Amino acid sequence: MISQLSWKIGGQQGEGVESTDRIFSTALNRLGYYLYGYRHFSSRIKGGHTNNKIRISTTPMRAISDDLDILVAFDQESIDLNAHELRSGGVVVADAKFNPTLPEGIDARLFAVPITSIAEELGTSLMKNMVASGASWALLGLPLEVFNKAVEEEFGRKGAAIVEKNVEAVKRGSEYVLELAGGPLEDFRLEEADGKQKLFAIGNENIGLGCIAAGCRLMSAYPITPASEIMEYLIKKLPKFGGTVVQTEDEIAAATMAIGANYAGVRTMTASAGPGLSLMMEAIGLAGMTETPLVIVDTQRGGPSTGLPTKQEQSDLNAMVYGTHGEIPKIVIAPASIEDCFYDTVEAFNLSEQYQVPVIIMTDLQLSLGKQSCEELDYDQIRIERGKLVKEAPEIEEKALFQRYELTADGVSPRVLPGVKHGIHHVTGVEHDETGRPSENARNRQLMMDKRLGKLAKLEIRDALRVDAPHEAPELLIIGMGSTGGTIDEARARLEKGGRKTNHITIRQIHPFPTDLLTPYLERAERVLVIENNATAQLANQIKMHAGHGEKIRNLLKYDGTPFLPSEVYQACKELN
Amino acid sequence: MATFKEFRNNVKPNWCPGCGDFSIQAAIQRAAANVGLEPENLAVVSGIGCSGRISGYIHAYGLHGIHGRALPIAQGVKLANRELTVVASGGDGDGFAIGMGHTVHAIRRNMDITYIVMDNQIYGLTKGQTSPRSAEGFKTKSTPEGSIESVLSPLEIAMSAGATFVAQSFSSDLKQLTALIEAGINHKGFSLINVFSPCVTFNKVNTYDWFKENIVKLEEFPDYDPTNRIAAMTKIMETGGLLTGLIYHNQTRKPYEELVSGFRPEGLAKQELQLSRDEFEQLTAEFK
Ligand SMILES: Cc1ncc(C[n+]2csc(CCOP(=O)(O)OP(=O)(O)O)c2C)c(N)n1
Ligand code: SF4
Ligand SMILES: [Mg+2]
Repeated sequence: MISQLSWKIGGQQGEGVESTDRIFSTALNRLGYYLYGYRHFSSRIKGGHTNNKIRISTTPMRAISDDLDILVAFDQESIDLNAHELRSGGVVVADAKFNPTLPEGIDARLFAVPITSIAEELGTSLMKNMVASGASWALLGLPLEVFNKAVEEEFGRKGAAIVEKNVEAVKRGSEYVLELAGGPLEDFRLEEADGKQKLFAIGNENIGLGCIAAGCRLMSAYPITPASEIMEYLIKKLPKFGGTVVQTEDEIAAATMAIGANYAGVRTMTASAGPGLSLMMEAIGLAGMTETPLVIVDTQRGGPSTGLPTKQEQSDLNAMVYGTHGEIPKIVIAPASIEDCFYDTVEAFNLSEQYQVPVIIMTDLQLSLGKQSCEELDYDQIRIERGKLVKEAPEIEEKALFQRYELTADGVSPRVLPGVKHGIHHVTGVEHDETGRPSENARNRQLMMDKRLGKLAKLEIRDALRVDAPHEAPELLIIGMGSTGGTIDEARARLEKGGRKTNHITIRQIHPFPTDLLTPYLERAERVLVIENNATAQLANQIKMHAGHGEKIRNLLKYDGTPFLPSEVYQACKELN
Repeated sequence: MATFKEFRNNVKPNWCPGCGDFSIQAAIQRAAANVGLEPENLAVVSGIGCSGRISGYIHAYGLHGIHGRALPIAQGVKLANRELTVVASGGDGDGFAIGMGHTVHAIRRNMDITYIVMDNQIYGLTKGQTSPRSAEGFKTKSTPEGSIESVLSPLEIAMSAGATFVAQSFSSDLKQLTALIEAGINHKGFSLINVFSPCVTFNKVNTYDWFKENIVKLEEFPDYDPTNRIAAMTKIMETGGLLTGLIYHNQTRKPYEELVSGFRPEGLAKQELQLSRDEFEQLTAEFK
């Protein structure tokens, strides 16, 4: 019996790789396994190699695996491109149609199943994915009813006849392969899972769910990979709650529309990736200057320019921290898990209203699109805090203005929404006085700058650092952000096994930088390794700039478009001097 | 009911004496009072330019945004609170150069917003460069030998983008302008009102006298039917765009807010934010 396994399906884009993966993993999730998925895709819609990999485990994990146990291949290219990942003794299930062969030196078992012909016999080659997934499910010896239930849900909309055909395809695929293999593969038998009910979602869906839970009722956005799923999720759900999504003409409109809506009192967000973030910069400044709440999600992908639009990277950090001209208060939060995607989104809306600042939620492609198991989300943790928003304004003399930018001890002023009597005030991106009227007065300018920039002086978000630091004085402190946490955890476990005292910190509050929280850990570590998916060590530079200790800090950088593997991190740590 | 005086504030505009923008300000204040608004129920969103300052000169909720983006901001305000009357305003550069993309799409979207362009055929605030509305051959600081680009016709563009309310006026004609703004506010959908607003400082060509001489008033054509799209387009072309009055009015198309499925008549901003446990569990069940 084994406790984990990794499975990959590869083929041409548009060939059913996605739906096969979806059904296969939904069924596994129902059985209570922990799953972690990785999508390899390109910007083409049809054609071009694509593959989905899932790691299946009986215990929690949040990283892709170094190697591969089972490869399901729709074409020879999928074998040629992926066979090197197979561990020795691995399995390839391939379509007999193309006379599959294993590249030289690959020690794996090949099962050629007439995937296309079985599907065609049943009526359409479209059902190849069902034949293939049925075959690989059967090899694992898992209960077929659970799989069939997932098939039923996938095709239910299309009627009973279609469901029946697909179930038949699964059956034929499984029978054929079991005949070839002489029954389920004993060395691939998974231990039973904990059976705990879990969610199975991508980060973007949890962000969408977080929006709704936070009371966000409007999203204005322009489609882009890898952010679009947030929009697609919300357009399905928001109408049920009276809200909607507007697909704007560009990201400038998306961000400014969100500012207008937040100003008028609806929690509104937008989401994009690097190119869109670049277009939003002036709007972010407007939100900062007018102290209007605004939530933006940046799902990072490979930059610069169009870069690697479907690949992993964490290279927008500087743009998020420094972006927009002039100086404004701004919060940048980096969720580091699928659960964070939900809770941080709720918190982002609260922070943006409590501090009246733009908040950027920073994810990366792997976190946004990697489908994975998620612990049940806790309804009782959802709290909606609107800060100094007032429902009514005290009576004032005619034509007097509400002190929207009143200088207060904490720098946050009362906020009133249009429509409220006695609440009239002016809002402008021009420097202004306490009523919002333009003012170039030097003293006022200084007071207002200090007011705005001082608002976040004491900010500390929930789990600003996620600390796993069992050692008082570790040989090594590994620091990362975003989706890399699970990978680092695994490398760290291996290092510990080898006797290397290693701590791990995930920085979740990227800006304002949590200097005071991080400093003691830096001080006590002999060596610090900062791991990030970019070429210029943007996170490490923040650490050095704010907390010093540059002499101890080393970088592990990867910017080839692929996420870190546990083995790469492990190796880099071992070789570290 | 508020009078137009209640829409005045005590800020002295920093426009040059004689600038066309003064009358537009007055017309908005009069129209707001005439249609029965209270100051707190009016939101004026403006762009950047001399014209953009207008939101600071009216006693109402005012938002002075960034250059070219008055319309997306105004649409956000409207989506958030349908009960507000939303007026967007800005210059010809704001709406037809940097913000042209938004203008066309705001027209297509057809939210219930009144958009008043203060068209002086020049960039006033930045001290006299060419605008998309500057005539060919017009010499400005940025076109010392005269503009070599063709003039943009916002009316034709609006018509072809599916506008439901297209009007044009002249800032000297306070009566017509006020009536058109009232009609625009009363129109259920997006109304574009382009207003010739002479810049006395940087535009020595399109002056008050020049407009008086060249403008054709639609009131002079009693048979003109503003619901006829082809007639409207023809009239715009015949007059080279130098016409004033209500050019096109389509009352059959519903505004965006009424077409969004699930959108409730009371403002979104007034709705409950907190989900019930039941609603939340239904949402998470889909991920199991
Ligand atoms: C992004 C950006 N680019 C340039 C400017 C400078 N700018 C301010 S107003 C303006 C043009 C003003 O012309 P118009 O919109 O016609 O307004 P007017 O002053 O004529 O009323 C320009 C270019 C700016 N504020 N923002
Ligand atoms: S520069 Fe022109 S547009 Fe600006 S205020 Fe003066 S007259 Fe008016
Ligand atoms: Mg102008």
